Amino acid sequence: MTDPTTLTDPTTLTDPTTLWHPVATMLDLPHRHIFHGQLLGREVAIWRADDEFINVWENRCLHRGVRLSIGTNDGTELTCRYHGWRYSNRSAGCTYIPAHPADAPARTICNRTFAAVEKYGLVWSGEDPIGKPPIVAALDDGTPFTLRNLPVNAPSQVVLDQLRQHRFQPVASLDANTARMTATEVNDYAIALTSTALTSTETDTTESSTAVFFVQPVDSDRSIIRAVLTEVPAQVEQLGVLRHHATALGKLVIAAETAAAQLPPPEPMVATINQVSLALSVMPEPMLDRQAPLRVQVARKWITAQDIVGFELVSVGDPLPTFQPGAHLDVHLPNGLVRQYSLTNGPGDTSSYRIGVKLEADSTGGSQCLHNTVREGDVLAISEPRNNFPLRRDSLRTVLVAGGIGVTPMLAMAQALKPMGLAFELHYFAQADEHLAFEEIRSELGDAVTTHVGLSPDETGAELARLLDGYGHANQVYICGPGPMLETARTIATAAGWPDQAVHFEYFKNTTEIDNSSSFEIALARSAVNLHVPPGKSILQILRDSGIAMPSSCEQGACGTCVVPVIEGKIDHQDVHLKQSERDAGDQIMTCVSRAAGDRLVLDI
Amino acid sequence: MTANVATTCTDPVILDQWHPLLPLDEITTDQPNTAVLLGEQLSYRLDANGDPVVWLTADADATPLPILVEYLYVWTCLGSPPDRLFAIPEFSEPDRRNVHAGTIGVHVSAPRAVENFLDMGHFPFVHTDVLGAEPHTEVVEYDVHIDPDTNDVWATECVFYQPRAATTSTEGQMSDYLYRVPHPFCVILYKTTPLDKDRMDVIALFCRPTAQDRIEAHMFLSLLDPDNTDAAIRKFQQTIFGQDKPILENQHPKLLPLDSRAETPIRADKVAIAYRRWLSDLGVTYGVIPVSPTSASVTS
Ligand code: FES
Ligand SMILES: [Fe+2]
Repeated sequence: MTDPTTLTDPTTLTDPTTLWHPVATMLDLPHRHIFHGQLLGREVAIWRADDEFINVWENRCLHRGVRLSIGTNDGTELTCRYHGWRYSNRSAGCTYIPAHPADAPARTICNRTFAAVEKYGLVWSGEDPIGKPPIVAALDDGTPFTLRNLPVNAPSQVVLDQLRQHRFQPVASLDANTARMTATEVNDYAIALTSTALTSTETDTTESSTAVFFVQPVDSDRSIIRAVLTEVPAQVEQLGVLRHHATALGKLVIAAETAAAQLPPPEPMVATINQVSLALSVMPEPMLDRQAPLRVQVARKWITAQDIVGFELVSVGDPLPTFQPGAHLDVHLPNGLVRQYSLTNGPGDTSSYRIGVKLEADSTGGSQCLHNTVREGDVLAISEPRNNFPLRRDSLRTVLVAGGIGVTPMLAMAQALKPMGLAFELHYFAQADEHLAFEEIRSELGDAVTTHVGLSPDETGAELARLLDGYGHANQVYICGPGPMLETARTIATAAGWPDQAVHFEYFKNTTEIDNSSSFEIALARSAVNLHVPPGKSILQILRDSGIAMPSSCEQGACGTCVVPVIEGKIDHQDVHLKQSERDAGDQIMTCVSRAAGDRLVLDI
Repeated sequence: MTANVATTCTDPVILDQWHPLLPLDEITTDQPNTAVLLGEQLSYRLDANGDPVVWLTADADATPLPILVEYLYVWTCLGSPPDRLFAIPEFSEPDRRNVHAGTIGVHVSAPRAVENFLDMGHFPFVHTDVLGAEPHTEVVEYDVHIDPDTNDVWATECVFYQPRAATTSTEGQMSDYLYRVPHPFCVILYKTTPLDKDRMDVIALFCRPTAQDRIEAHMFLSLLDPDNTDAAIRKFQQTIFGQDKPILENQHPKLLPLDSRAETPIRADKVAIAYRRWLSDLGVTYGVIPVSPTSASVTS
């Protein structure tokens, strides 16, 4: 029996939260199973996706705390048993909330994940593990053979202490008990033992076997011994070897539990559960037709160019949400109008949102209101930033083409590309020098920015043709500007051999005449509902009339916010958001303007 | 994790409530029997007049505890009880069937069980093909208010698609619901009945907390159902609750966290959020993890 005083002083041990520990064997993770494990007092749900990725997650649904290990693994997602929330393989982000089928879950609903590595037939994980799982040369050089794991009701250090005195026989002489044992400590939670037979007979050969014992600290009073032999025993010997180790370890378990019973019961380990973010802890507002959940104050309003006013908006509540380059805001104006403006911010800068507003001559009141009525100190309602103009950041060359106020998203993109060292050029077309806005951002970008001032439409075309001459692999072009210039640029790019996927554009508005004279049926596949769309009404309106919360922004087929996936039926595309290849694919529709070409569409909502 | 939960109750709000001990008709002899309430062992029996008496087992004098017989149950109290229990007027309507449908022990706190009872979102997943079925998973917007006179929490205008909502239904229907929380650990559901569109069936859950994280859950019904036998009604309710039990026992922590940052609410949880806030306002500390500005962790 062990004298408790011989135990390793816990204060000299490595902090177990920084170590890798085994949490399962690979056999615990059969196809589409979820294994319930525990490490250092924390329960984990361990599951292998069909792509072989091993997920180790906090075993707790973020919604109402139900164990995820009683849910289902469909190979790509894990579904909670209680309300069917779905969490994605790898990221553990929530992808679907069945109680609100029309709402996209907030991207930030994400379960806690832990690192996972497979090694020696075991799955390794840890709270905050540093480096790699322990390397045991004898296992790396051999053919590891994992024994059945053994739970012990004893602290891991009591188990290790017993392991230091553990004895077993080498494969060749299982029945003897004369083997000499040598121990090598792997780390504070693992030990390698070699058993060498001293054969004093005529043959005088020496046989030895090595086993590595990893002790998983389940809680302060519970452990699991996971033993791995360095060599797979020959088939005929396997049963005998297994039985031998089972017997020897069985005795060890009894000794460890007896020793543990003499110690004062340890405090249980406490695994802190992270709080959910403040934003997620409040019940979300109902999805209104147009959402404006954020309140901002105009901190600064300045003239950045002729007819262009810059606005700096700061939050009056929670910190502003993150955004992506190319994102825009819906700004709800005091006169009831809603307008979209692109953010000019550089990456990671959420201290304020900065937008540029051009006074439109034919303004229906949106830009006029911002120019003339809204002042510094005023509070505006805005939407969260939405990005329908995403920037790829894996390109060898990025050409940014801006016309007039179309420079705003380009400035955000340029500032995102620059620190990444990705080659880009920003071409800024304007009527006159006085019209060039955001000098302070452009000067930071240096010679990456070229201005083209005062060109006629023909000259602009010629310049664009020169710029876009010679498409190369992994080149991307982004265009934002007035409709005619955008059309020209797209035509030129196509002629110069730019593939459709490499040409990205954002229209300010859709100037095509919308034909809404058709009537047709829509079937909503997920809710098994059929609806009729009469002439004069959009799909978006019909969906909303039947109580389905639909996001939208420009409502003229330019911004892409109201997109819905299409399962079946031909589409009459009337938007300017989709590219030709996306239109041809026929699997998405801008519900604010586009319609069915036939008499029925099946939508994936 | 092992629960470090105090066994006896020090929460005055909960001590002063009436708690449902057991159905009256299950006390059948003058031989004492025992049951646990709030960590205390109680003894009960019928007295010489055939009336129930309840006392603390540890009390050598066997001083009777206050009791009340209401809605088929014997209710008792360890503190100073209010004069009356919450009202269920339907109980005394002559054409109703009043049934106690069984008592099930669940290793969870009472407020977790109440919250589960208030929750429509789990029907398609937990009560598949009975109270709900995929893909009809949507919980449409409903209203929540607190009655200014009685201080009951109400959820109104609730609707949910149900393939087989009750023993009397043969096909799917949109069911209308009202939920009412008149007591920290009791909750009542009013539900459309296929038999009479102007009246509603009453289904209630009365929890007896035996410990902070354990309950005996009593199911009470007051139905407009002339046909089904009591046995059929009981079986239906017990099947339903039997489906909830494993879910409830896999909730962590077992005590209901009142801190809003412990879990992630959605709009379907409007009534649960109101209930949690209401418990906080009442000052309930038993069976819950009270809001504490400093505690970042929820453990039990
Ligand atoms: S608790 Fe997991 S979905 Fe609600
Ligand atoms: Fe349920």
